[in-house]
Amino acid sequence: MSEAQVKTLGERRAFEPLLTVDGIKVHYGAIQALRGVSLTVGKGEMVALIGANGAGKTSTLRAVSGMLKASAGRITFSGQDTTALKAHQLVPRGMAHAPEGRGIFPNLSVLENLELGAYLRKDTAQVRADLEKNFGLFPVLKERRSQMAGTLSGGEQQMLAIARALLSRPQLLLLDEPSLGLAPQVTETIFRTLREVNATGVSVLLVEQNAHLALNAAHYGYVLETGEVVMAGAGKALLESAEVRRAYLGE
Amino acid sequence: MAQLLQHLINGLASGTIYALVALGYTMVYGVLKLINFAHGDVMMVGVYMGYATAFALGREARASLLGVAVVFAVAMLGCALFGFLIERFAYRPLREKPRLTALITAIGISFALSYGFQLDIGFLPGASPRAFPEIITPTEWLIIGDRDVVVWNWQVISLLIAVGLMVGLQYLVFGTRFGRAMRAVSWDHRVAALMGIPTDRVIALTFMLSSALAAGAGLLYAIKDTSVSPLMGLYVGLKAFVAAVIGGIGHVPGAVVGALVLGLVEEFVVGYAASTWRDAVAFGFLILVLLVKPGGLFGRVAAEKV
Repeated sequence: MSEAQVKTLGERRAFEPLLTVDGIKVHYGAIQALRGVSLTVGKGEMVALIGANGAGKTSTLRAVSGMLKASAGRITFSGQDTTALKAHQLVPRGMAHAPEGRGIFPNLSVLENLELGAYLRKDTAQVRADLEKNFGLFPVLKERRSQMAGTLSGGEQQMLAIARALLSRPQLLLLDEPSLGLAPQVTETIFRTLREVNATGVSVLLVEQNAHLALNAAHYGYVLETGEVVMAGAGKALLESAEVRRAYLGE
Repeated sequence: MAQLLQHLINGLASGTIYALVALGYTMVYGVLKLINFAHGDVMMVGVYMGYATAFALGREARASLLGVAVVFAVAMLGCALFGFLIERFAYRPLREKPRLTALITAIGISFALSYGFQLDIGFLPGASPRAFPEIITPTEWLIIGDRDVVVWNWQVISLLIAVGLMVGLQYLVFGTRFGRAMRAVSWDHRVAALMGIPTDRVIALTFMLSSALAAGAGLLYAIKDTSVSPLMGLYVGLKAFVAAVIGGIGHVPGAVVGALVLGLVEEFVVGYAASTWRDAVAFGFLILVLLVKPGGLFGRVAAEKV
């Protein structure tokens, strides 16, 4: 489906593009997971990617962060063509990906996990300061910093995954299903923190099954269906659209 | 009593050699979850590199302290390069394939090396064992009583080298940034890459390190045994693998303890029973440990990640 056929709702505020994904395709063997996805994330924007299971949300994030190789299309990040770059080469360019299932290292302590987030940084003093800043965002991590990360609760692990991603000082934070398996109260805390982080200028590309939560938090949203973007629009506008309400909000 | 002490010393001396080889199995298993069955044969290649270097140096030069250092350096560096090449061209292309594929490749490399080296063409040494040149002249370092207990210089040297390498390795894995990266790769190399860790480089360095340790251990073994043969890698490698499994594969101190225990068990069997029983008891001991503690002495039985 070409860009022209994507139904667009509401107005997008003016933005300077940080990430541009142009028609990427991804295959898992014979299965085509993405059939040409295009989207943009502006500087300072929070963008949500919603859709049903298997729509290609996680594959899109993975292609963006270099975990998966796109077989076609082009990804531009911060003015550079990053389509062919590998995951570890994107981190120094300002991309951080908190992957599906949180991806914490349970065999390492909480502090070691966080330090790995700053693996490439040489500014030790600034890393210390950022560490304290993140402990401010998630005080529970400070309490548990010498515990093995595997002993944390699901919510705490999600906080660790976000804090760890932030420690690389990203321009763009990719988040995969931060609400998955968490109590509503914990989810609320995490989303409140995300908005705070976003307000400091970090762009966010958020994948969520919980469309209501995601579209409420995001400036702009994309709806994925079987590997294609079928709808896009301002967060609030999508929330109010009859199609989205019917398909993703159970009305 | 004196006899017991003597066996303890001999057992520890051969145990430390197993330990250095076992550490290679355990490190590679740690980062890749691959049992590198070619590890013993990589060791054998390293020993032949040392053998060739010792010959090139000549009788006098190789017996000097500098000569010994050169032999070890050439063997260990050469073997590190060799390990790098194997990882780069045999294992890396299989990184995303099922683990069994890499395992079978490892067995293939093992046989290719141990039998390839038996060919008698070009630089290949041929099938028959060769006497390993005396680079460390065996001397009795300590004699207690009327030769009740004899400690050889090579035993002391190999113990010191082995302990030094183990302490260094423990520090590397748990005290350095590279070690933290290794442990992250060990858990999940895809997520480790998201931290900016160049996972391929970490894995390559792990192979190089384990190959260099193996070459060092193989030289110590060859000095003790005074011979080299293309099949030595299969034998020493299998024993060291048993040691790593006894300790709990993937566990660094476990590999060392497993190797020392194995060295002592073998020595006591030889000393108090019969040398023909040595291997049977060694492998029987492995079975016993696995019956009681399936993850090895220090390993935990983790649920398979899916």
